[in-house]
Amino acid sequence: MMRSMRWLVARLPTVSLFVILLIAWQLAVSVGGIREYLLPSPASVFAALTNGEIPWSRHIWVTAVEIIGAFVIAAVAGVFLGTMIAWSRIISQALMPFLVFVNTLPKVAVAPLFLIWMGYGILPNMLIGAMIGFFPVVINTAVGLTQIDRDLLDLGRVFSAPKWKVFVKIRIPNAYPFILSALKITATSAVVGAIVGEFVASQRGLGYVIIATQSSMDTAVAFAALFWISLVGLVTFGIVAMLTRILTPWAENGENP
Amino acid sequence: MNDEVIQLDRVGMIYQAASGPVEALSDISLNVRRGEFIALVGPSGCGKSTLLRIVAGLRPATRGSVKVNGAEVTKPIAAVGMVFQAAVLLRWRTILDNVLLPAELAGLDPRKYRERAFELLRLTGLEDFANKRPNELSGGMQQRASLCRALLLDPPLLLMDEPFGALDAMTRDDMNLELLRVWGESSAQRKTILFVTHSIPEAVFMADRVVVMSARPGRIAEIKPIDLPRPRTVQVRATARAGELSLDIFEKLTGRRS
Repeated sequence: MMRSMRWLVARLPTVSLFVILLIAWQLAVSVGGIREYLLPSPASVFAALTNGEIPWSRHIWVTAVEIIGAFVIAAVAGVFLGTMIAWSRIISQALMPFLVFVNTLPKVAVAPLFLIWMGYGILPNMLIGAMIGFFPVVINTAVGLTQIDRDLLDLGRVFSAPKWKVFVKIRIPNAYPFILSALKITATSAVVGAIVGEFVASQRGLGYVIIATQSSMDTAVAFAALFWISLVGLVTFGIVAMLTRILTPWAENGENP
Repeated sequence: MNDEVIQLDRVGMIYQAASGPVEALSDISLNVRRGEFIALVGPSGCGKSTLLRIVAGLRPATRGSVKVNGAEVTKPIAAVGMVFQAAVLLRWRTILDNVLLPAELAGLDPRKYRERAFELLRLTGLEDFANKRPNELSGGMQQRASLCRALLLDPPLLLMDEPFGALDAMTRDDMNLELLRVWGESSAQRKTILFVTHSIPEAVFMADRVVVMSARPGRIAEIKPIDLPRPRTVQVRATARAGELSLDIFEKLTGRRS
Protein backbone atom coordinates (compact mmCIF):
# COMPACT_ATOMS: atom_id res chain seq x y z
CA MET A 1 0.00 0.00 0.00
CA MET A 2 2.66 2.48 1.08
CA ARG A 3 4.92 1.37 -1.72
CA SER A 4 2.32 1.82 -4.43
CA MET A 5 1.51 5.24 -2.99
CA ARG A 6 5.14 6.27 -3.19
CA TRP A 7 5.35 4.87 -6.71
CA LEU A 8 2.38 7.01 -7.72
CA VAL A 9 3.82 10.13 -6.13
CA ALA A 10 7.16 9.57 -7.89
CA ARG A 11 5.38 9.23 -11.25
CA LEU A 12 3.05 12.17 -10.63
CA PRO A 13 4.92 14.68 -12.87
CA THR A 14 4.98 12.22 -15.78
CA VAL A 15 1.35 11.24 -15.41
CA SER A 16 0.16 14.83 -15.02
CA LEU A 17 2.03 15.98 -18.12
CA PHE A 18 0.60 13.06 -20.07
CA VAL A 19 -2.95 13.89 -19.01
CA ILE A 20 -2.49 17.61 -19.76
CA LEU A 21 -1.13 16.87 -23.25
CA LEU A 22 -3.99 14.48 -23.93
CA ILE A 23 -6.59 17.07 -22.92
CA ALA A 24 -4.86 19.78 -24.96
CA TRP A 25 -4.78 17.45 -27.95
CA GLN A 26 -8.46 16.58 -27.64
CA LEU A 27 -9.39 20.28 -27.26
CA ALA A 28 -7.25 21.31 -30.23
CA VAL A 29 -9.19 18.92 -32.43
CA SER A 30 -12.74 19.27 -31.09
CA VAL A 31 -12.67 22.99 -30.19
CA GLY A 32 -9.77 24.27 -32.32
CA GLY A 33 -11.24 22.75 -35.45
CA ILE A 34 -8.23 20.83 -36.76
CA ARG A 35 -9.47 18.41 -39.36
CA GLU A 36 -9.44 14.75 -38.37
CA TYR A 37 -7.42 13.53 -41.36
CA LEU A 38 -4.58 15.84 -40.31
CA LEU A 39 -4.70 15.15 -36.61
CA PRO A 40 -7.22 12.66 -35.30
CA SER A 41 -8.48 13.24 -31.78
CA PRO A 42 -7.39 10.92 -28.99
CA ALA A 43 -10.93 9.61 -28.87
CA SER A 44 -10.86 8.51 -32.51
CA VAL A 45 -7.39 6.99 -32.10
CA PHE A 46 -8.77 4.99 -29.22
CA ALA A 47 -11.70 3.95 -31.37
CA ALA A 48 -9.27 2.82 -34.09
CA LEU A 49 -7.26 0.85 -31.54
CA THR A 50 -10.33 -1.14 -30.58
CA ASN A 51 -11.76 -1.29 -34.10
CA GLY A 52 -12.77 -4.90 -34.72
CA GLU A 53 -12.51 -4.53 -38.50
CA ILE A 54 -8.73 -4.22 -38.42
CA PRO A 55 -7.05 -7.54 -37.51
CA TRP A 56 -4.65 -5.86 -35.08
CA SER A 57 -3.49 -9.05 -33.37
CA ARG A 58 -2.38 -10.55 -36.70
CA HIS A 59 -0.45 -7.38 -37.70
CA ILE A 60 1.12 -7.09 -34.26
CA TRP A 61 2.15 -10.73 -34.36
CA VAL A 62 3.86 -10.41 -37.77
CA THR A 63 5.74 -7.26 -36.79
CA ALA A 64 6.69 -8.66 -33.40
CA VAL A 65 8.11 -11.82 -34.98
CA GLU A 66 10.13 -9.70 -37.41
CA ILE A 67 11.46 -7.51 -34.61
CA ILE A 68 12.40 -10.39 -32.35
CA GLY A 69 13.94 -12.31 -35.27
CA ALA A 70 15.94 -9.23 -36.31
CA PHE A 71 17.08 -8.76 -32.75
CA VAL A 72 18.18 -12.37 -32.29
CA ILE A 73 20.02 -12.51 -35.63
CA ALA A 74 21.79 -9.20 -34.89
CA ALA A 75 22.73 -10.34 -31.39
CA VAL A 76 24.08 -13.75 -32.43
CA ALA A 77 25.91 -12.47 -35.51
CA GLY A 78 27.22 -9.43 -33.64
CA VAL A 79 28.57 -11.38 -30.68
CA PHE A 80 30.10 -13.98 -33.00
CA LEU A 81 31.86 -11.42 -35.22
CA GLY A 82 32.96 -9.36 -32.22
CA THR A 83 34.47 -12.45 -30.61
CA MET A 84 36.31 -13.33 -33.83
CA ILE A 85 37.74 -9.83 -33.98
CA ALA A 86 38.90 -9.96 -30.38
CA TRP A 87 40.29 -13.48 -30.75
CA SER A 88 42.70 -12.89 -33.60
CA ARG A 89 44.43 -9.86 -35.02
CA ILE A 90 44.45 -11.37 -38.51
CA ILE A 91 40.70 -12.01 -38.51
CA SER A 92 40.18 -8.50 -37.20
CA GLN A 93 42.27 -6.99 -39.99
CA ALA A 94 40.44 -9.05 -42.60
CA LEU A 95 36.91 -8.40 -41.31
CA MET A 96 36.88 -4.85 -40.08
CA PRO A 97 36.94 -3.01 -43.43
CA PHE A 98 33.99 -5.08 -44.66
CA LEU A 99 32.01 -4.51 -41.52
CA VAL A 100 32.65 -0.78 -41.62
CA PHE A 101 31.60 -0.74 -45.27
CA VAL A 102 28.37 -2.61 -44.54
CA ASN A 103 27.69 -0.26 -41.68
CA THR A 104 28.13 2.87 -43.80
CA LEU A 105 25.58 1.61 -46.34
CA PRO A 106 22.22 3.26 -45.83
CA LYS A 107 20.32 0.10 -44.92
CA VAL A 108 17.02 1.59 -45.93
CA ALA A 109 18.33 1.84 -49.48
CA VAL A 110 19.28 -1.83 -49.50
CA ALA A 111 15.81 -2.96 -48.44
CA PRO A 112 14.39 -3.24 -51.98
CA LEU A 113 17.29 -5.55 -52.95
CA PHE A 114 16.47 -7.90 -50.10
CA LEU A 115 12.93 -8.15 -51.39
CA ILE A 116 14.14 -8.93 -54.91
CA TRP A 117 16.36 -11.69 -53.55
CA MET A 118 14.00 -13.18 -51.03
CA GLY A 119 10.55 -12.10 -52.06
CA TYR A 120 7.83 -10.90 -49.73
CA GLY A 121 7.61 -12.23 -46.26
CA ILE A 122 8.94 -12.13 -42.80
CA LEU A 123 12.54 -13.13 -43.47
CA PRO A 124 13.73 -10.15 -45.59
CA ASN A 125 12.24 -7.74 -43.07
CA MET A 126 14.04 -9.56 -40.26
CA LEU A 127 17.33 -9.33 -42.12
CA ILE A 128 16.94 -5.61 -42.76
CA GLY A 129 16.37 -5.09 -39.04
CA ALA A 130 19.33 -7.30 -38.20
CA MET A 131 21.56 -5.42 -40.62
CA ILE A 132 20.71 -2.08 -39.03
CA GLY A 133 21.29 -3.40 -35.52
CA PHE A 134 24.27 -5.73 -35.61
CA PHE A 135 27.18 -3.29 -35.88
CA PRO A 136 27.10 -1.82 -32.37
CA VAL A 137 27.03 -5.37 -31.03
CA VAL A 138 30.17 -6.29 -32.99
CA ILE A 139 32.05 -3.24 -31.76
CA ASN A 140 30.94 -3.47 -28.15
CA THR A 141 31.66 -7.19 -27.98
CA ALA A 142 35.17 -6.64 -29.31
CA VAL A 143 35.78 -3.73 -26.95
CA GLY A 144 34.39 -5.58 -23.93
CA LEU A 145 36.59 -8.57 -24.65
CA THR A 146 39.75 -6.54 -25.06
CA GLN A 147 39.35 -3.68 -22.60
CA ILE A 148 40.87 -5.48 -19.67
CA ASP A 149 43.41 -4.35 -17.15
CA ARG A 150 46.86 -5.45 -18.33
CA ASP A 151 47.68 -6.56 -14.81
CA LEU A 152 44.77 -9.00 -14.91
CA LEU A 153 46.01 -10.52 -18.16
CA ASP A 154 49.49 -10.77 -16.64
CA LEU A 155 47.91 -12.80 -13.88
CA GLY A 156 46.68 -15.23 -16.54
CA ARG A 157 50.18 -15.45 -17.99
CA VAL A 158 51.80 -16.05 -14.62
CA PHE A 159 49.59 -19.09 -14.13
CA SER A 160 50.14 -20.08 -17.78
CA ALA A 161 46.40 -20.21 -18.33
CA PRO A 162 45.44 -21.19 -21.89
CA LYS A 163 43.88 -18.52 -24.09
CA TRP A 164 40.38 -20.05 -24.02
CA LYS A 165 40.43 -20.10 -20.24
CA VAL A 166 41.31 -16.42 -20.02
CA PHE A 167 38.42 -15.84 -22.45
CA VAL A 168 35.92 -17.82 -20.43
CA LYS A 169 36.96 -16.65 -16.97
CA ILE A 170 37.98 -13.06 -17.59
CA ARG A 171 37.23 -11.65 -21.03
CA ILE A 172 33.68 -12.87 -21.64
CA PRO A 173 32.19 -11.85 -18.28
CA ASN A 174 33.98 -8.53 -18.66
CA ALA A 175 32.19 -8.04 -21.99
CA TYR A 176 28.65 -8.67 -20.66
CA PRO A 177 27.79 -5.07 -19.78
CA PHE A 178 29.26 -3.85 -23.07
CA ILE A 179 27.23 -6.36 -25.09
CA LEU A 180 24.03 -5.67 -23.19
CA SER A 181 24.26 -1.93 -23.68
CA ALA A 182 24.72 -2.51 -27.43
CA LEU A 183 21.69 -4.80 -27.40
CA LYS A 184 19.59 -1.94 -26.06
CA ILE A 185 20.42 -0.02 -29.22
CA THR A 186 19.74 -3.12 -31.31
CA ALA A 187 16.31 -3.53 -29.73
CA THR A 188 15.41 -0.11 -31.10
CA SER A 189 16.95 -0.54 -34.53
CA ALA A 190 15.26 -3.92 -35.00
CA VAL A 191 11.94 -2.06 -34.83
CA VAL A 192 13.09 0.45 -37.45
CA GLY A 193 14.26 -2.35 -39.76
CA ALA A 194 11.07 -4.34 -39.52
CA ILE A 195 8.88 -1.32 -40.25
CA VAL A 196 11.08 -0.16 -43.15
CA GLY A 197 10.86 -3.63 -44.67
CA GLU A 198 7.10 -3.55 -44.39
CA PHE A 199 6.98 -0.09 -45.95
CA VAL A 200 8.84 -1.30 -49.01
CA ALA A 201 6.70 -4.31 -49.68
CA SER A 202 4.37 -6.39 -47.58
CA GLN A 203 0.75 -7.24 -47.04
CA ARG A 204 0.88 -7.75 -43.32
CA GLY A 205 2.33 -6.04 -40.30
CA LEU A 206 2.00 -2.65 -38.62
CA GLY A 207 4.22 -0.93 -41.19
CA TYR A 208 1.88 -2.17 -43.90
CA VAL A 209 -1.10 -0.76 -41.97
CA ILE A 210 0.51 2.69 -41.95
CA ILE A 211 1.28 2.59 -45.67
CA ALA A 212 -2.28 1.47 -46.39
CA THR A 213 -3.78 4.43 -44.52
CA GLN A 214 -1.94 6.81 -46.85
CA SER A 215 -4.47 6.21 -49.60
CA SER A 216 -7.52 6.02 -47.35
CA MET A 217 -6.49 9.11 -45.32
CA ASP A 218 -7.49 7.19 -42.23
CA THR A 219 -5.00 8.94 -39.99
CA ALA A 220 -6.52 7.60 -36.78
CA VAL A 221 -5.55 4.08 -37.83
CA ALA A 222 -1.99 5.21 -38.58
CA PHE A 223 -1.79 6.65 -35.08
CA ALA A 224 -3.14 3.45 -33.62
CA ALA A 225 -0.49 1.46 -35.56
CA LEU A 226 2.20 3.80 -34.20
CA PHE A 227 0.94 3.11 -30.71
CA TRP A 228 1.26 -0.64 -31.22
CA ILE A 229 4.72 -0.31 -32.79
CA SER A 230 6.06 1.67 -29.87
CA LEU A 231 4.49 -0.81 -27.46
CA VAL A 232 6.24 -3.75 -29.16
CA GLY A 233 9.51 -1.77 -29.18
CA LEU A 234 9.10 -0.91 -25.53
CA VAL A 235 8.57 -4.55 -24.58
CA THR A 236 11.70 -5.61 -26.51
CA PHE A 237 13.72 -2.89 -24.84
CA GLY A 238 12.29 -3.85 -21.46
CA ILE A 239 13.36 -7.47 -21.92
CA VAL A 240 16.95 -6.38 -22.60
CA ALA A 241 16.90 -4.04 -19.60
CA MET A 242 15.64 -6.89 -17.44
CA LEU A 243 18.32 -9.24 -18.80
CA THR A 244 20.92 -6.61 -17.94
CA ARG A 245 19.77 -6.53 -14.36
CA ILE A 246 19.73 -10.33 -14.08
CA LEU A 247 23.03 -11.04 -15.86
CA THR A 248 25.13 -8.16 -14.56
CA PRO A 249 23.86 -7.14 -11.14
CA TRP A 250 27.46 -6.24 -10.33
CA ALA A 251 27.57 -3.60 -13.06
CA GLU A 252 24.77 -1.46 -11.62
CA ASN A 253 25.07 2.10 -10.36
CA GLY A 254 26.20 3.57 -13.64
CA GLU A 255 29.07 1.19 -14.08
CA ASN A 256 27.65 0.21 -17.46
CA PRO A 257 29.67 1.53 -20.36
CA MET B 1 70.65 -25.83 -2.18
CA ASN B 2 70.92 -22.45 -3.77
CA ASP B 3 69.97 -19.70 -1.39
CA GLU B 4 69.82 -16.93 -3.96
CA VAL B 5 66.24 -16.78 -5.18
CA ILE B 6 66.73 -13.94 -7.63
CA GLN B 7 69.97 -13.29 -9.48
CA LEU B 8 70.11 -10.24 -11.73
CA ASP B 9 73.35 -9.78 -13.60
CA ARG B 10 73.88 -6.52 -15.52
CA VAL B 11 70.25 -6.49 -16.66
CA GLY B 12 69.33 -3.86 -19.22
CA MET B 13 66.14 -3.05 -20.97
CA ILE B 14 65.66 -0.94 -24.08
CA TYR B 15 62.26 -0.48 -25.63
CA GLN B 16 61.22 1.12 -28.88
CA ALA B 17 59.14 4.24 -28.40
CA ALA B 18 57.72 6.39 -31.18
CA SER B 19 60.63 8.79 -30.75
CA GLY B 20 63.27 6.05 -30.91
CA PRO B 21 64.85 3.58 -28.52
CA VAL B 22 64.53 4.37 -24.83
CA GLU B 23 66.81 2.87 -22.23
CA ALA B 24 64.52 1.96 -19.35
CA LEU B 25 66.98 -0.04 -17.28
CA SER B 26 70.73 -0.19 -17.31
CA ASP B 27 73.26 -2.40 -15.60
CA ILE B 28 71.05 -3.76 -12.83
CA SER B 29 72.86 -6.33 -10.70
CA LEU B 30 71.16 -7.63 -7.59
CA ASN B 31 71.03 -10.90 -5.70
CA VAL B 32 68.10 -11.61 -3.42
CA ARG B 33 68.34 -14.29 -0.74
CA ARG B 34 65.55 -16.63 0.25
CA GLY B 35 63.18 -15.02 2.73
CA GLU B 36 64.53 -11.56 2.13
CA PHE B 37 62.29 -8.48 1.94
CA ILE B 38 63.62 -6.12 -0.72
CA ALA B 39 62.08 -2.71 -1.32
CA LEU B 40 62.69 -0.83 -4.55
CA VAL B 41 62.37 2.95 -4.31
CA GLY B 42 62.98 5.57 -6.91
CA PRO B 43 61.40 8.40 -8.86
CA SER B 44 58.67 7.79 -11.41
CA GLY B 45 60.08 6.40 -14.61
CA CYS B 46 63.09 4.75 -13.03
CA GLY B 47 61.86 1.40 -14.32
CA LYS B 48 61.17 -0.25 -10.97
CA SER B 49 57.86 -1.68 -12.15
CA THR B 50 59.49 -2.85 -15.34
CA LEU B 51 62.17 -4.59 -13.30
CA LEU B 52 59.47 -6.40 -11.35
CA ARG B 53 57.88 -7.62 -14.56
CA ILE B 54 61.22 -8.74 -15.91
CA VAL B 55 61.75 -10.86 -12.81
CA ALA B 56 58.27 -12.34 -13.30
CA GLY B 57 59.14 -13.16 -16.91
CA LEU B 58 56.31 -11.00 -18.17
CA ARG B 59 58.67 -8.71 -20.12
CA PRO B 60 61.96 -9.80 -21.58
CA ALA B 61 65.19 -8.08 -20.58
CA THR B 62 67.16 -6.94 -23.57
CA ARG B 63 70.52 -7.39 -21.88
CA GLY B 64 72.10 -9.33 -19.05
CA SER B 65 70.85 -12.41 -17.28
CA VAL B 66 67.82 -12.95 -15.04
CA LYS B 67 67.70 -16.09 -12.93
CA VAL B 68 65.02 -17.18 -10.51
CA ASN B 69 65.79 -20.23 -8.38
CA GLY B 70 68.89 -20.77 -10.46
CA ALA B 71 67.03 -21.06 -13.77
CA GLU B 72 67.22 -18.51 -16.54
CA VAL B 73 63.88 -16.66 -16.94
CA THR B 74 62.57 -16.93 -20.50
CA LYS B 75 58.81 -17.06 -19.93
CA PRO B 76 56.40 -16.13 -17.12
CA ILE B 77 57.58 -17.94 -14.04
CA ALA B 78 55.26 -20.12 -12.04
CA ALA B 79 55.12 -20.07 -8.25
CA VAL B 80 54.98 -16.32 -7.97
CA GLY B 81 52.33 -14.16 -6.36
CA MET B 82 51.66 -10.72 -7.78
CA VAL B 83 50.00 -7.72 -6.17
CA PHE B 84 49.49 -4.58 -8.22
CA GLN B 85 48.77 -0.97 -7.36
CA ALA B 86 45.11 -1.48 -8.17
CA ALA B 87 43.43 -4.49 -6.64
CA VAL B 88 42.23 -5.60 -10.13
CA LEU B 89 39.56 -7.91 -8.77
CA LEU B 90 36.98 -9.35 -11.14
CA ARG B 91 33.94 -7.28 -10.29
CA TRP B 92 31.42 -9.97 -11.20
CA ARG B 93 32.91 -12.46 -8.77
CA THR B 94 32.54 -12.68 -5.03
CA ILE B 95 35.62 -12.03 -2.93
CA LEU B 96 35.99 -15.76 -2.28
CA ASP B 97 35.84 -16.58 -6.00
CA ASN B 98 38.32 -13.81 -6.71
CA VAL B 99 40.75 -15.29 -4.23
CA LEU B 100 40.28 -18.70 -5.88
CA LEU B 101 41.02 -17.37 -9.37
CA PRO B 102 44.71 -18.42 -9.47
CA ALA B 103 43.73 -22.04 -8.80
CA GLU B 104 41.29 -21.93 -11.71
CA LEU B 105 43.75 -20.24 -14.06
CA ALA B 106 46.46 -22.73 -13.15
CA GLY B 107 44.08 -25.60 -13.94
CA LEU B 108 43.76 -26.80 -10.35
CA ASP B 109 40.53 -27.82 -8.66
CA PRO B 110 39.33 -24.66 -6.87
CA ARG B 111 37.25 -26.73 -4.39
CA LYS B 112 40.48 -28.04 -2.89
CA TYR B 113 41.57 -24.48 -2.15
CA ARG B 114 38.41 -23.22 -0.45
CA GLU B 115 39.75 -24.05 2.98
CA ARG B 116 42.98 -22.21 2.26
CA ALA B 117 41.09 -19.24 0.81
CA PHE B 118 38.95 -18.95 3.95
CA GLU B 119 42.04 -19.18 6.10
CA LEU B 120 43.61 -16.26 4.21
CA LEU B 121 40.40 -14.23 4.40
CA ARG B 122 40.31 -14.86 8.14
CA LEU B 123 43.95 -13.81 8.45
CA THR B 124 43.20 -10.50 6.73
CA GLY B 125 39.89 -9.90 8.50
CA LEU B 126 37.76 -10.45 5.42
CA GLU B 127 35.95 -13.64 6.42
CA ASP B 128 32.62 -11.82 6.70
CA PHE B 129 33.03 -10.48 3.18
CA ALA B 130 33.69 -13.77 1.38
CA ASN B 131 30.38 -13.61 -0.46
CA LYS B 132 30.38 -9.89 -1.18
CA ARG B 133 31.32 -8.37 -4.50
CA PRO B 134 34.37 -6.09 -4.79
CA ASN B 135 32.33 -2.89 -5.20
CA GLU B 136 30.89 -3.47 -1.72
CA LEU B 137 34.38 -3.26 -0.18
CA SER B 138 36.58 -0.28 0.61
CA GLY B 139 39.86 0.25 -1.25
CA GLY B 140 41.90 -1.15 1.61
CA MET B 141 39.73 -4.25 1.85
CA GLN B 142 39.95 -4.81 -1.89
CA GLN B 143 43.72 -4.65 -1.68
CA ARG B 144 43.64 -7.19 1.16
CA ALA B 145 41.57 -9.50 -1.03
CA SER B 146 44.13 -9.02 -3.78
CA LEU B 147 46.87 -10.01 -1.31
CA CYS B 148 44.88 -13.15 -0.39
CA ARG B 149 44.63 -13.98 -4.11
CA ALA B 150 48.39 -13.65 -4.48
CA LEU B 151 48.97 -15.95 -1.49
CA LEU B 152 46.43 -18.64 -2.43
CA LEU B 153 48.85 -21.06 -4.04
CA ASP B 154 51.45 -20.31 -1.36
CA PRO B 155 54.09 -18.99 -3.76
CA PRO B 156 57.61 -18.74 -2.33
CA LEU B 157 58.10 -15.41 -4.14
CA LEU B 158 55.88 -12.32 -3.92
CA LEU B 159 56.21 -9.45 -6.38
CA MET B 160 54.41 -6.33 -5.24
CA ASP B 161 54.08 -3.26 -7.44
CA GLU B 162 53.21 -0.26 -5.24
CA PRO B 163 50.51 -2.35 -3.59
CA PHE B 164 49.47 0.30 -1.09
CA GLY B 165 50.20 3.37 -3.21
CA ALA B 166 46.55 4.13 -3.88
CA LEU B 167 45.46 3.87 -0.24
CA ASP B 168 45.11 6.68 2.24
CA ALA B 169 47.95 7.09 4.75
CA MET B 170 46.22 5.45 7.70
CA THR B 171 45.04 2.42 5.77
CA ARG B 172 48.49 2.16 4.32
CA ASP B 173 50.10 2.01 7.77
CA ASP B 174 47.65 -0.74 8.73
CA MET B 175 48.38 -2.68 5.58
CA ASN B 176 52.13 -2.45 6.19
CA LEU B 177 51.77 -4.10 9.59
CA GLU B 178 49.38 -6.62 8.17
CA LEU B 179 51.71 -7.60 5.36
CA LEU B 180 54.56 -8.09 7.82
CA ARG B 181 52.31 -10.29 9.93
CA VAL B 182 51.12 -12.37 6.95
CA TRP B 183 54.68 -12.61 5.71
CA GLY B 184 55.58 -14.19 9.05
CA GLU B 185 58.45 -11.96 10.12
CA SER B 186 59.80 -14.41 12.63
CA SER B 187 59.06 -17.60 10.74
CA ALA B 188 61.85 -19.51 9.02
CA GLN B 189 59.70 -20.27 5.96
CA ARG B 190 58.90 -16.71 5.15
CA LYS B 191 58.54 -15.70 1.54
CA THR B 192 60.91 -13.69 -0.55
CA ILE B 193 59.36 -10.31 -1.35
CA LEU B 194 60.21 -7.76 -3.97
CA PHE B 195 58.28 -4.64 -3.07
CA VAL B 196 58.10 -1.54 -5.25
CA THR B 197 57.10 1.67 -3.50
CA HIS B 198 57.21 5.43 -3.80
CA SER B 199 57.40 5.91 -0.07
CA ILE B 200 60.82 5.97 1.56
CA PRO B 201 59.50 5.53 5.14
CA GLU B 202 57.45 2.55 3.97
CA ALA B 203 60.51 1.00 2.33
CA VAL B 204 62.64 1.51 5.44
CA PHE B 205 59.96 0.16 7.74
CA MET B 206 59.35 -3.03 5.78
CA ALA B 207 62.55 -4.09 4.08
CA ASP B 208 65.76 -5.89 4.93
CA ARG B 209 67.46 -3.96 2.16
CA VAL B 210 66.28 -0.93 0.22
CA VAL B 211 67.36 -0.68 -3.40
CA VAL B 212 67.54 3.00 -4.32
CA MET B 213 67.11 3.61 -8.03
CA SER B 214 67.75 6.64 -10.21
CA ALA B 215 65.92 7.48 -13.40
CA ARG B 216 66.72 7.73 -17.12
CA PRO B 217 68.07 5.18 -17.46
CA GLY B 218 66.97 3.25 -14.39
CA ARG B 219 70.06 2.29 -12.43
CA ILE B 220 70.77 1.14 -8.94
CA ALA B 221 72.11 4.16 -7.09
CA GLU B 222 72.61 2.41 -3.79
CA ILE B 223 71.64 -0.71 -1.90
CA LYS B 224 70.93 0.22 1.69
CA PRO B 225 70.81 -2.51 4.36
CA ILE B 226 68.20 -1.72 7.00
CA ASP B 227 69.49 -2.67 10.43
CA LEU B 228 66.25 -2.12 12.31
CA PRO B 229 65.23 -5.00 14.60
CA ARG B 230 62.40 -7.37 13.74
CA PRO B 231 59.57 -7.71 14.39
CA ARG B 232 59.02 -4.22 13.11
CA THR B 233 56.45 -2.46 15.23
CA VAL B 234 55.02 1.02 15.33
CA GLN B 235 57.65 1.73 18.01
CA VAL B 236 60.43 0.66 15.64
CA ARG B 237 59.09 2.98 13.00
CA ALA B 238 59.23 5.88 15.43
CA THR B 239 62.90 5.36 16.37
CA ALA B 240 65.63 7.86 15.52
CA ARG B 241 67.45 5.15 13.55
CA ALA B 242 64.46 4.68 11.22
CA GLY B 243 64.36 8.42 10.62
CA GLU B 244 68.10 8.51 9.96
CA LEU B 245 67.86 5.74 7.37
CA SER B 246 64.95 7.46 5.63
CA LEU B 247 66.89 10.71 5.54
CA ASP B 248 69.95 8.98 4.05
CA ILE B 249 67.85 7.47 1.29
CA PHE B 250 66.08 10.76 0.70
CA GLU B 251 69.43 12.51 0.24
CA LYS B 252 70.65 9.79 -2.07
CA LEU B 253 67.50 10.04 -4.20
CA THR B 254 67.37 13.82 -4.45
CA GLY B 255 71.07 14.52 -4.34
CA ARG B 256 70.41 17.12 -1.69
CA ARG B 257 72.00 17.49 1.71
CA SER B 258 69.33 18.57 4.09
